[in-house]
Amino acid sequence: METVKIAPAKETTTVPVARKKRKWTADHWLATAFLAPSVVLIFLFVYGFIGWTGYVSVSNWNSLVPDWSFAGLKNYQYLFQDFRFQADLRNTIVFTVLFIAVVIVLGQLLAILLDQKLRGESLFRNIFFFPMALSFVVTGVVWQWLFNPSTGVNLFLKPLGLDSKWYTDTTILGGFQWGKIEFGIPLAMIAVVVAAVWQMTGFAVAMYLAGLRAIPDEVREAARMDGATELQLYWKIILPLLRPITVSVIIIMAHISLKIFDLIYAMTGPGANFVTDVPGVYMFETTFRGNYYANGAAIAIVMLLSVAIFIVPYLISSRKGES
Amino acid sequence: MRKKASAWLALALGVGMALSGCSSNSSSSDDAKQGSQKAGEKLEIFSWWTGAGEEDGLKALIKLFQEKHPDIEVENAAVAGGAGTNAKAVLASRMQGDDPPSTFQVHGGAELNEGWVAAGKMEPLNDLYEQEGWMDKFPEALIDMVSKDGNIYSVPVNIHRGNVLWYNKKVFADNGLQPPKTFDEFFEVADQLKAKGVTPLALGDKEPWTATHLFETVLLGTLGTDNYQKLWNGELSFDDPQVKQAVETFKKMLGYINEDHSSRNWQDAAQLVAEGKAAMYVMGDWAKGYFVNDLKLKVNEDFGYVPTPNTDGKFMVITDTFGLPKGVKNPDDVKKFLALLGSVEGQDAFNPLKGSIPARIDADPSKYDEYGKQTMEDFKNAELAPSLAHGSAAAEGFVTKVNQAINIFVTQKDVNSLIDTLVSAAAELKK
Repeated sequence: METVKIAPAKETTTVPVARKKRKWTADHWLATAFLAPSVVLIFLFVYGFIGWTGYVSVSNWNSLVPDWSFAGLKNYQYLFQDFRFQADLRNTIVFTVLFIAVVIVLGQLLAILLDQKLRGESLFRNIFFFPMALSFVVTGVVWQWLFNPSTGVNLFLKPLGLDSKWYTDTTILGGFQWGKIEFGIPLAMIAVVVAAVWQMTGFAVAMYLAGLRAIPDEVREAARMDGATELQLYWKIILPLLRPITVSVIIIMAHISLKIFDLIYAMTGPGANFVTDVPGVYMFETTFRGNYYANGAAIAIVMLLSVAIFIVPYLISSRKGES
Repeated sequence: MRKKASAWLALALGVGMALSGCSSNSSSSDDAKQGSQKAGEKLEIFSWWTGAGEEDGLKALIKLFQEKHPDIEVENAAVAGGAGTNAKAVLASRMQGDDPPSTFQVHGGAELNEGWVAAGKMEPLNDLYEQEGWMDKFPEALIDMVSKDGNIYSVPVNIHRGNVLWYNKKVFADNGLQPPKTFDEFFEVADQLKAKGVTPLALGDKEPWTATHLFETVLLGTLGTDNYQKLWNGELSFDDPQVKQAVETFKKMLGYINEDHSSRNWQDAAQLVAEGKAAMYVMGDWAKGYFVNDLKLKVNEDFGYVPTPNTDGKFMVITDTFGLPKGVKNPDDVKKFLALLGSVEGQDAFNPLKGSIPARIDADPSKYDEYGKQTMEDFKNAELAPSLAHGSAAAEGFVTKVNQAINIFVTQKDVNSLIDTLVSAAAELKK
């Protein structure tokens, strides 16, 4: 599906510009023939089902027997008053912010270090990229063992007097009452952030490295001629030049972290008192275990909207850039 | 010109490949159909039996079936995942899409009756029961668990007991302790163990159903079988003082568990008892299979078992059953398989391997180990109670909500909030 989609897209963007308008040549027919199946399939299986999910989310279908009667916003109301969903929102916000911040900082740092023309660069590059080749499920299982309070890294840390409970910790850092839950940073989430960062930083490094390579040497030389120190050079010139890359990294990481399911499901599950639960896990359990289909659809729609907050402005601005 | 021609060629190829893809699929399934003598459907057996022991049991059953009916092609469509979490999700989407497996594993009780039967997705099996003469071969209370409005909807294969307290014999002997029979004795023993630095009670609630499992045994022990049953048909409310007392007892028990409970699943928690780091463990008797087969421990030597506090003479039933979904193309083949499942021969092929006891009361005890023999005896005489954590007592939706409430309770220990949640979830139950 993916490949079919990409190839014809090029055809349409280049061909009509090159030719005079309205005359349907064989190229046009060909382009349309290539495009039509994927357009139809996308409208049916992506947008069609988004609409369908939206419809289910305002229905009364909360058992094995479908009930299409209109429920209004009842399911959403239930969700936002639900302890578990409120905890999920807190966890998603905390996870997304921490995860993206660390990935950006670490990605830039490692990319800059790799860019110093050091020996064995490709070896390091491969080491950083390698976790990307794994599935989140594998990462989750491995880090679950590493952070297991009684068998993991604690075996090294205990002699040093450190005894973290990692993902079994139910403490909420800086917590205050918010709705039904305590809002703050759930300490258990930090273990999950570490695992996610380990997996995704390589991707950010690759993007930043490409960005660094695209900066012409003249820029650096000119700065040095003007007497800028290395620190000033990076802080005032290189990093600002990398800003478009940062925007892309944020967009890509945000849609991963807002929809995260597999890592959490494999690593911690919902966690005691739902300290590591996320909407994806709740949606899966409530829909397919509890048979609350309408509630599950409502969670899915909330997740879609949260991703849209990041993606839509990006799409709009990139369309403006094109025209 | 050449460019264009090659592009058209690419399109033609693409379409061609798509078409040939379809046709090769259909031709291979044609081959499969011709392979079996009857040009009928495969018998697809859907379960979550993929673990050690249970998978062997299922394979033994299938082998036995194929010896008797070599003309029917069988497909083992098992989906891995503890307690059927993933399998149930797959099953739900297949049933919704009118693509049911030929027969599927389902816990007897509400999971069957309030779920698939209420949704109108199951065929009654009364004629099969008559024909096989099963009406007096299964306990009446068990047949009730797989019946709704006078119709029987599935065939029980096995019985697991939920209310078992496993204990490490060495730890108990070293400290001169006796396994507890009542809650008072439990807390006495637990205090002494705690003073000695042994974790009194193991819990692994990474998957929250294990905590619900512990809670339901406390409920049964506090309320007694009759009142426990009344909770599920609405005759007894969850804000009854007895329920509150049970919740208080449960809360007190949670003071004696291992600290890393939320990082462990049920097997990891059983391991604590096997290693002597914890002394007691409340779990269904599939834990025996784990102790014996995986950890190589000996029954009544390394570990012992008693009913959980106050539940002597009571039997928390977890029964795996198989039924006949509506819309299956080969109902006669399915009935042949169900007939084997319900026969003494079938049950005695499956259960010794799975580590459960037969659902029939006339099976051959000599095929079962020491634990199995005693449990078969208990099963005949005990009062049967449906398990909540395993979907027999109430519909899945209710169980999901209870699991969530219990998960919160294990950390917050807020008795009133748990009772409130149970009451409001139960209001939905009655509808």
